[in-house]
Amino acid sequence: MSDPPGSQAPKRAGARAAVESLGRVVQHRTDKARANVSFVGGLAGLLGTTARWCYRGLFVPGVKLRRPAVAYQMVRVGIKAVPIVVLVQIFIGIILALQMAPTLESYGQIERVADIIAIAIVRELGPLITAIVLSGFAGASIAAEIGAMVESEEIKALRAHALNPFHFLVVPRFLATVTALVGLAVIADVVGVFGGFMTSLLILDVPSQTYIDLTREALDLKDFITGLVKAGVFGVLISMIACYQGLNARGGAEGVGRATTGTVVKCIVALIGTDAVFTAVFYVWGI
Amino acid sequence: MSGADVVISVRDLVKSFTGTDGRESRVLDGVSFDVYRGETIVIMGGSGCGKSTLLNCLIGEYDFEGGRIEYRTKKMTEPRDITRMSEDEFNEIRKHFGILFQSGALFNSMTVADNVALPLVEHSEVDRAVIDVVVTLKLQQVKMLPHRDKMPAQLSGGQKKRAALARATALDPEILFYDEPSAGLDPVTSAAIDELMMDLSKKLQVTSVVVTHEMDSAFRIADRMVMLDKGRVLRIGPRSEFEVIRDAPLESLATDDERLLQQFLNGYSSGPLTDAQGMSEFEKLIGVR
Repeated sequence: MSDPPGSQAPKRAGARAAVESLGRVVQHRTDKARANVSFVGGLAGLLGTTARWCYRGLFVPGVKLRRPAVAYQMVRVGIKAVPIVVLVQIFIGIILALQMAPTLESYGQIERVADIIAIAIVRELGPLITAIVLSGFAGASIAAEIGAMVESEEIKALRAHALNPFHFLVVPRFLATVTALVGLAVIADVVGVFGGFMTSLLILDVPSQTYIDLTREALDLKDFITGLVKAGVFGVLISMIACYQGLNARGGAEGVGRATTGTVVKCIVALIGTDAVFTAVFYVWGI
Repeated sequence: MSGADVVISVRDLVKSFTGTDGRESRVLDGVSFDVYRGETIVIMGGSGCGKSTLLNCLIGEYDFEGGRIEYRTKKMTEPRDITRMSEDEFNEIRKHFGILFQSGALFNSMTVADNVALPLVEHSEVDRAVIDVVVTLKLQQVKMLPHRDKMPAQLSGGQKKRAALARATALDPEILFYDEPSAGLDPVTSAAIDELMMDLSKKLQVTSVVVTHEMDSAFRIADRMVMLDKGRVLRIGPRSEFEVIRDAPLESLATDDERLLQQFLNGYSSGPLTDAQGMSEFEKLIGVR
């Protein structure tokens, strides 16, 4: 049976609208994919430029490394973050001990909480949680600061005075963040294990000597080193993402706000993603 | 003037931007002019005429797709095209010029004195004590010595410009670029900044390139003037030539360009400048090219 006259037009319009909306979705996805590829490419480019300026600062005569600026950034990124990292890691130690206790108790192995806390904190949670804290504490502030400098023409003024913004701004923040994060990870390891120790001692009634012996048995040097390697890489990620977002901030105060939020979100995704890759590689290599 | 006096030579400069809709708009369309040693040249034009883009091309902030910009500082025997230079080579030229940005662009994390000291600390090997003396002199020149330990956020608009001027002159530049030096200032402060610019120009024997659309200021400071319109040089000449056009009766002006220039110089709300813009918008609306 044929359609009544005039019914083809609405059908065609409907089909056209469907194709158009599909096209819009595809274009939106393509634009997003292109933006992500450009972000990763930009980040790699920034890392390459930063590495080149670090090399020039260290080895090329006449190029200053700007040590006072590195020291200033280390205080800002590292020293000032110590209280918050200590607080968070103590909580992590307490949470881990109390979460594991019921299960271990049912096996009559409550003292094994020491092994689990030691491995979990030194290999994983010490560097990761510290990096996440630092991405909010320092990453956001670096992005906001550099973004505001872009908006107030300070970056332009640097270039106009024959000062390279990568050398002047990015290198000190990069070196400070990487160094600070490795240092903070060591503090986080010690404090996290201490938090678990105090909880086990005061609440779970695990004898202190047993806890210390089991912690020593559980940990190898490689656990400590893998944690610190991760911390160093996390430091690279946070500083690069924060500087990249700041340098590319556009659109006034709103643009600086977007750069700041984007830094925290991208840092957290990058940190956890990189941690997963590290864990998989260490698992395969048996480290 | 002889060719040997040319400090900056701009030839057939072309610069376009691509908008978010993918359409390309040509902002500079074959701009050519020379800047002579020791003169103050004012580049002017309405909003969107390309004067800020031209300044950004001159200071190496923007790349451009056509033409060339040549610099010849006192140390150079031959003019050098900046498009053929590496970043490090151009930085050597940048050390010979100072820039006063529209916002001042002082480094907000540093005191006024540290802002002025920065180029000296980074580009010279002199002692800190000598740098302090130079900073004091530079701040004295712009009457900002009492504010040396203040942060930029504590300064007024005029004070920021003065401090930025002290920083721009820290390395005793050969060329000074000014981006809208009077923008956002009251008439008295604006006149004071103009006097300061003329004073520095005389004392330091610098070549000044000023981008502005403040006509009072332009006529006070200029030796020569360049009028830009729609990305091209509408007129270039000595200040007196522009004064004649500004004050001439409308009927005595022979060309559309002169009438357009007179409207701009006098700040009239109607005339060929606004009529042309209006027609262009209307043409766009009805789809006529």
